[in-house]
Amino acid sequence: MGSLNVLIVVCLSYVAALFAVAFAAERVALRGRAHWLHSPLVYTLSLSIYCTAWTFYGAVGNAARSGLEYLTIYIGPSLVMIGWLWGVRKVVRIGRSQRITSVADLISSRYGKSNLLAVLVTILAVVGTTPYIALQLQSVVESFASFAAADPESVPGAGRGGDSASTALWVAAGLAFFTVLFGTRNLDANERHHGVVMAIAVEAVVKLVALLAVGIFVVWGVGGGVSETLARIDASQLGHWQMASSRWSGLIFLSAAAFLCLPRMFQVLVVENDNETHLRTASWAFPAYVMLMSLFVVPIAVTGLELLPAGSNPDLFVLTVPLSQGREGLATLSFLGGFSSATSMVIVASIALSTMVSNHVVMPIWLRAHGGGATVSGDVRNVVLLARRLSIVGVLLLGYFYYRVSGGGAALASIGLISFSGVAQFLPALLGGIFWRGATRLGALSGLIVGSAIWLWSLFLPSVGTGVILPASVLEFGPFGMWWLRPHGLFGITGLDPLIHGVFWSMLCNTTAFFLVSVFTFPSPMERLQGAQFVNVFAHSTAPQGWQGGAAQSEDLMIMAQRILGAGQAQALFQDEARRQGLAGFLPEPSAGFLQRLERELSGSVGAATAHAMVGQIVGGASVSVEELMAVADETAQIMEYSSQLETKSEELARSARQLRAVNEKLTQISVQKDAFLSQISHELRTPMTSVRAFSEILRDTDGLTGAERAKYASIIHDEALRLTRLLDDLLDLSVLENGQVSLNIRSGTLAEVLDRAVSTAVQGGRLTILREPDNEMIAIETDFDRLAQVFINLIANAQKYCDAADPVLTLAVQRRDGLIIVDFIDNGSGIDADMHGLIFEKFSRVGHHKAGGAGLGLAICREVMARLGGAVAYLPGQGGAAFRVSLPEKPAIATQ
Amino acid sequence: MVDVPRQVFLDHRTYRRRRLADLARVLPVIGMVLLLMVPLFWVQGAGGTVTSHAILWLFGVWAGLVVLAAWLASRRLEPEVDPKSGPRPLLSDERGRG
Repeated sequence: MGSLNVLIVVCLSYVAALFAVAFAAERVALRGRAHWLHSPLVYTLSLSIYCTAWTFYGAVGNAARSGLEYLTIYIGPSLVMIGWLWGVRKVVRIGRSQRITSVADLISSRYGKSNLLAVLVTILAVVGTTPYIALQLQSVVESFASFAAADPESVPGAGRGGDSASTALWVAAGLAFFTVLFGTRNLDANERHHGVVMAIAVEAVVKLVALLAVGIFVVWGVGGGVSETLARIDASQLGHWQMASSRWSGLIFLSAAAFLCLPRMFQVLVVENDNETHLRTASWAFPAYVMLMSLFVVPIAVTGLELLPAGSNPDLFVLTVPLSQGREGLATLSFLGGFSSATSMVIVASIALSTMVSNHVVMPIWLRAHGGGATVSGDVRNVVLLARRLSIVGVLLLGYFYYRVSGGGAALASIGLISFSGVAQFLPALLGGIFWRGATRLGALSGLIVGSAIWLWSLFLPSVGTGVILPASVLEFGPFGMWWLRPHGLFGITGLDPLIHGVFWSMLCNTTAFFLVSVFTFPSPMERLQGAQFVNVFAHSTAPQGWQGGAAQSEDLMIMAQRILGAGQAQALFQDEARRQGLAGFLPEPSAGFLQRLERELSGSVGAATAHAMVGQIVGGASVSVEELMAVADETAQIMEYSSQLETKSEELARSARQLRAVNEKLTQISVQKDAFLSQISHELRTPMTSVRAFSEILRDTDGLTGAERAKYASIIHDEALRLTRLLDDLLDLSVLENGQVSLNIRSGTLAEVLDRAVSTAVQGGRLTILREPDNEMIAIETDFDRLAQVFINLIANAQKYCDAADPVLTLAVQRRDGLIIVDFIDNGSGIDADMHGLIFEKFSRVGHHKAGGAGLGLAICREVMARLGGAVAYLPGQGGAAFRVSLPEKPAIATQ
Repeated sequence: MVDVPRQVFLDHRTYRRRRLADLARVLPVIGMVLLLMVPLFWVQGAGGTVTSHAILWLFGVWAGLVVLAAWLASRRLEPEVDPKSGPRPLLSDERGRG
C-alpha cells in the first residue's frame, strides 16, 4: 500500500466521519437536546472558516516570500473582533432582528428592500468568490500531488494533468453533495444549519491541531527548542524583515474589511449566530484562534527553506516538511488540516452564495415569470429549494471551470487578496448603512458600481493573467493609449504596489461616490424607515413595517406560507399566532403585527424583498405602503390646516356677526327714531299748518275784525310759515350736503373771526355765559367761513337750548395738535346719556323731548359740513357736561368734488 | 419596543462597568497602534528588522490583547442586551451594591 492510497482511505474516512458528525448534529438538534450545539465555542470555531486552505498553505508560502506580511491577514479580523462593540455587534443585532439572510440581503434591506442592489451585490460576490473556490480546489489537488510525488509506487508525471483535473472534479462533486445535503435541509436560511456548523467546528479543530502539530514538530522536533528556532530564523534568509509599509497597513485594512463583507463570513458571523452573547466569547477566542494558526508559520517556512531543495513550492511546506522527514502520519494530519480548510470554506461560501443567488436572482425572476403571484399553483418551497441546490452546484461548477481555465498557476495564488478587495467594495454601503441615516439607495448603488468597476479594471482583469483578457499593451500603455487609465497606474500614479494601488483607488472612489450621491439625493420613505431601524437598532429591535391586514385573507396567507415554509412549520406559526391572539384553531386575525412577523419569517426563506412583495400580493389593496402612509399623513396635515383655516374663518364670522348685530341695533334704533321723527315732523308740520289754517279761516270767515287783530293773526300766519320754511330749508340743506352737491366758498382768515360771528349770532339775549381763550383763537385758517360758522352756531345754540345748569356756562377751548385745529364746546350741564352718543349725529335725532326747538337735524348737518371741510365733529365724553369737539385740518385738504 | 433607558452618568452601580466598556471600545484602537503603526516605524530598507524581535513583539501584543479582551468579555459590558437572549443576570458586584 502506497502512501497515496493510505491518504485516499484516510481522506474518505474523514469525509465519512464529517457526514456522521453532521447527521448526528442534525438529529440531536431535531430532538431539541442540542444545548452544546449552541455553545459560544462552536460559534467561535465556525468563524474559523476565515482560515481557508489559502491561509493554511499559503501563509507559509507567503512567509517564505515576504516575511511577516502574512500576519496582516489575521491581524485585521482580530482587531475587528476585539472591537466587536463597535460594528460586529450592531451587524449581528440587525441581522437577527431583520432576519437577514446574506450580505446582499442586508444591503438591499437597508436601502429600501431594493432588489437591484441585492442583485449587484450578489453578482459581485459571485465574481469575487468563484476564483477563491477555484483556489481551494487547487490546494486540495496540489496537496494530493505532493503526496503522489512522495509516493514511490505512483507513476511520476504520467497523466498528471488529467489526474489533477479529475481530482478537482471529484472534490467539487463531493463538496456539492455535502452542501446540498446539509446546507439546504432547512429552507429557512435564517435558521442555523446545525449539521454544517458542527462539521465546520470539527474541521476548525482539525486544521488548528494539524498546523500546531506541524509547528511543534518543527520547533521542538527539528529546531530543538524555542530559542534555537528563533536563532535559526534570524540566521535564515528571512532573518531581516523588510516591511513594505503601504502593504502592511493596506492589507490589515483590507482583511478587516473582508472579514465583515465576505459572504461566507457574513453567513457564519451573522446568519448562523443564534445568540448575541456568543460574540462576547468570540471577541477574544477568535483572535486567539487565528493567533495560534499563525504562530508557527515562520518556523515552518524557515525550516522548509532550510531542509528542502531550492525551488520547492513554499506553499506546500506544511505538507512537504513532515514528508521529507519521513513523518507520514503528521503529513497526513496536515493534509487533513488543509483539506478541512478548503472544504469548510467551499461549503459555507456556496451556501451563502446560493442563498443570495436564489433569493435575489432566481426567485424574483421565477415569481415574475409566474405572474408575480405568491398564490400561483405549485410548491414554492420546492422551487426555492431547487433554486438553492442548483445554485450550489452552479457555484461549485463555476469554481471548477475557473480552476480548469486558469490552469491553476501562480496567478491563482494571488487571487485571495483580489477576492478580498472585491468584497471589500461592500464596506462603504454596509457601514454607511448601519451608522449613517443619510445614506441613500442611489448612493450605495453608485458607490458599488464605481468601486467594482475600478476593482474589475485594476485588479480582477489583470489577475486573470496578462494577455488572457487584457492584452499586455493595455497594461503598459492603457486602453487606446490613454496612459492615465493603465490598470496599475490609474490617473498617472505609478510605483505603488498593484494591489494597494487598486484597493486605494477603488475604495476611495467607492466611498466618495457613495457619500456624495447620498448627500445630494433624497431617500424614499421605505429607505428612511429601514434606515432608522438599522441605525437605531439598539433603540428598537422590532420593525414597524406598516401592514394593515383589513382585507387580507388569513387562509390565503396560510396557503402561501405553507408553500414557502412547508406545511408543518407554517401551521405551527399560524397556530402560535392564533393562540397569542386568543383564538382557537389555525387562522389568526391578519393583524399588522402578524403580517410583519410572517413577512420576516418568509424573508428568512426567500429574502426580504421577495417576502415583502409576496405578502404585499396577498394583502393586496389593503397593504399600506409607506408611500400611502405618507400620503395619508399629508392628507391629515391638510385636514388639520383646513380646520385651522375654518377656525380662523369662524372667528372672522363671529366678528362680522358682532358687527352686524351692532349695526342692526343701530338700524333698529334709527328706524325707531325715524318713526319718531316722522310723527314729530308731522307734528311739527301740522302745528304751524293748523295755526295757519285756523287763523286764515278766522281772517276769511270772521267779519268785523279790528285792524290790530287782523295784523296779529296775519303775523301769526307769517311766523308759522317762516317756521315751516326753516324746517324745509334744513331738510334741503342736509340733502344737498349728503349728496355732495355743496359748493364751498373758501376764504382765509382767523379762527377768532368765525367764532366771533358764531357767538354773536347764536347768543342773542340768552343767559348763557361763554368763556373763550382769545389768545389761542388767533389761528390762521383757510376754509368756508359761513359753513364753519354754521357748525359753531349750531353747537352754541344747542348748549343754549339744552344746558340744564342753573348758570349755564359754555367753554370754548381751542388747541392745535398733530396738524389739527381742535375746538371743544364744553358746557356745564348734565351732558348726554351714553346710550345716545351713537345717535346724536344721526338725522332726526333729538336728545330728550323737552323744549322741542328744532327738527333734530342740526347735528346731522354739522357732521356733514365738517366732513365736507375735511374735519370732523364728535361727542367728547367725560367732560362734566355735554362736550363737542370740532377738529379741522390746519392745511385744508378739503374735499372738492 | 425596547427603549434604552436613560443612563445617569454617575450611576454608581454601573459607573465602573460603563468605563470598562469604554476601555473595550478603545482596545482595537490600542491594538491598531501597537500592531499596525509601531511596525511602520521599524527600520526599513537594506537592514530591515530582526525577524525574531518582530515576532516576539507582534505575538506578545497580540496575546496581551487577547487576554485583555477575554477579561473585558467576562465583565459583560454590552450596554443593552438582546431582547431575544433573555434578561441579563446581575453580576455579583452589582447585586451587592444595588
